Amino acid sequence: MSEKFTKSMSRNIFYGGAAFFFLLFVALTFDTTRALPERDHRQNITEQVAFGKKVWEKNNCIGCHTLLGEGAYFAPELGNVYTRFGNSKEAIMAFIKGRPVEGIQGRRSMPQFNLTDEELEAVAEFLKWSSEINTANWPPNVQG
Amino acid sequence: MQYQSQAVSKLYFMAAIGLFIGQILFGVILGLQYVIGDFLFPEIPFNVARMVHTNLLIVWLLFGFMGAAYFMVPEEAETELFSPKLAIALFWIFLIAGALTIVGYLAVPYATLANITGNDLLPTMGREFLEQPTITKIGIVIVALGFLFNISMTVLKGRKTAISMVLLLGLWGLAIFFLFSFYNPENLVLDKMYWWWVVHLWVEGVWELILGAILAFVLIKMTGVDREVIEKWLYVIIAMSLITGIIGTGHHFYWIGMPEYWQWWGSIFSALEPIPFFMMVIFAFNMVNRRRREHPNKAAMLWAIGTPVMAFLGAGVWGFMHTLAPVNYYTHGTQITAAHGHMAFYGAYVMVVLAIISYAMPLLRGRAAANSNKSQVLEMWSFWLMTVSMVFITLFLTGAGILQTYLQRVSENPQPFMVVQEKIALFYWMREVAGVIFLIGLILYVMSFFIGGEEEAIA
Ligand code: HEC
Ligand code: HEM
Ligand code: HEM
Ligand SMILES: [Fe+2]
Repeated sequence: MSEKFTKSMSRNIFYGGAAFFFLLFVALTFDTTRALPERDHRQNITEQVAFGKKVWEKNNCIGCHTLLGEGAYFAPELGNVYTRFGNSKEAIMAFIKGRPVEGIQGRRSMPQFNLTDEELEAVAEFLKWSSEINTANWPPNVQG
Repeated sequence: MQYQSQAVSKLYFMAAIGLFIGQILFGVILGLQYVIGDFLFPEIPFNVARMVHTNLLIVWLLFGFMGAAYFMVPEEAETELFSPKLAIALFWIFLIAGALTIVGYLAVPYATLANITGNDLLPTMGREFLEQPTITKIGIVIVALGFLFNISMTVLKGRKTAISMVLLLGLWGLAIFFLFSFYNPENLVLDKMYWWWVVHLWVEGVWELILGAILAFVLIKMTGVDREVIEKWLYVIIAMSLITGIIGTGHHFYWIGMPEYWQWWGSIFSALEPIPFFMMVIFAFNMVNRRRREHPNKAAMLWAIGTPVMAFLGAGVWGFMHTLAPVNYYTHGTQITAAHGHMAFYGAYVMVVLAIISYAMPLLRGRAAANSNKSQVLEMWSFWLMTVSMVFITLFLTGAGILQTYLQRVSENPQPFMVVQEKIALFYWMREVAGVIFLIGLILYVMSFFIGGEEEAIA
């Protein structure tokens, strides 16, 4: 780099640039926070949905699955599983409940979590709520 | 070694390498579970092995960063460490807390771990990379504060160079952004948004400052090029990192319920994110060409040159590949992401930690400037084995990812996830083979510390 361009100039670009773009990011975050309720339909977060998120987290479902495309890539996307299962919470609950304790031979297996009925309903309700977030049309199709 | 207190970094480096071995062993287990679905089931389900793999990665990189700071800061500040005793105490606290957490993952079901650690009081668990029990997270914050206090006090009482300022800024940023891991709202969209304030603003933000500072330090020491020149480059590189990387966070906001203007902000700024990585490549080669001495530690030089090259490939090229919103619409959350995640983490952060270890360890072990020829040759073999096998892991996962994207998302008759996974199993088998070669490279790396010690070290 040229001699005329000094270290203190480069330092100023660093501090100035970092501060400016961080503030811009914060401003965009504010704007997003205002716009968000329209898209995340938070008015539908019932106690059951909130409890379902806890069940989701407590059993580390994200360690195998993606949810809205984030997580692990070992098992199906669950952000739209509610639609994939024909808009049926019962089908989701039956699937989770029906996992064999010893797994399925030779196939990627999902654990039997022994969830209570209350937990099962809540996690299914949470997945239903998730499927109704406005995700700009993602995923591309029902397969996730 | 110029200052006695630098010796504490040896502990940190040894722990880092130990945990690295654990990380890779679990990586190989994961790779096998991908193709033999019920391998170790139900004893070690995939999610548990994955947690161990990724958390060990993060923890050993943190050990590496802390070791690097304890080694670099006294030399930069030209003074002994503020408190070596504190550094040693924090080392044991961090190691024991980390080990207990990993044992917790493996010994009991995750839900049980959540219960016994009181997750309900302040729920933070069950999110990718942030799986640690809340008390472990609090422990991490305490260790980080003690560490930052120690390092900051050392800088304050000594010479303040650009390298130590940048390093400090990166480390403080790391601790501050980690605090967002305690924010876990009931609203999934908000949860995801602030999750990225930890994950993205780490690897494409403040960690790049740490990366730049370590690289600059090693290059000054090894090439003898004027500090003014190197520090000027350092500032320009990290300026570009933050100018592009902060708004670049938007590349994670496309499909998680955020306003759609993020598709523009995220695409444009993250498309520029490869620039600082490219500058690192130019910088490193430039400095080596202008070197004023032939440093005898050839192995450290190899790591120092390899780091920017692989970081540019993994973060820059593989990152760019899927960062534009119209592409990401199809590749989001596929094996393309996994391919990029592996090469970027390896190229940028694994390699820079191995570079500083390679430079510092001979000095810490009182072997003059470099290990014996025999030991260096083995270390360079391990460099090539690990690096080339990581390139192949990335290529195989990219192949898998392209097919997955096509079969599941683009073709006329999209097929279910599990059906597609079976069709692309061959790629996963090949990844597993490459993973085993990576493990062999790592074993050679560890062996290089134990051989050739009796031979004359190179002055
Ligand atoms: C150890 C990995 C693992 C964990 C942890 C896990 N799953 Fe699964 N899950 C799977 C696999 C593998 C499949 C595909 C099973 C099959 O097709 O045979 C699956 C399938 C599903 C399906 C059906 C998806 C479809 O499209 O067919 C649902 C719903 C589901 N899981 C919910 C959950 C929930 C809720 C949790 C957390 C409580 C969870 N899973 C935790 C591995 C896991
Ligand atoms: C230093 C080397 C390695 C690094 C830095 C590394 C890093 C990572 C990271 C960051 C993730 C999370 C991925 C993501 O979310 O995109 C991950 C997951 C994973 N890694 Fe590694 N890894 C390494 C070596 C290995 C090896 C050698 C193997 C196998 C042979 C392996 C197999 C896996 C698997 C199967 C996953 C899970 C992917 C999924 O979610 O489906 N890793 N690793
Ligand atoms: C050293 C720097 C980097 C590291 C360590 C890194 C690592 C990762 C990891 C681990 C993920 C997966 C996160 C998850 O689990 O969901 C990821 C995602 C992503 N990265 Fe990077 N990355 C780096 C730099 C970059 C750069 C420079 C770009 C762009 C040019 C980029 C673009 C992306 C994109 C678009 C995703 C989202 C993928 C998806 O939609 O699934 N990354 N990165
Ligand atoms: Fe990112």
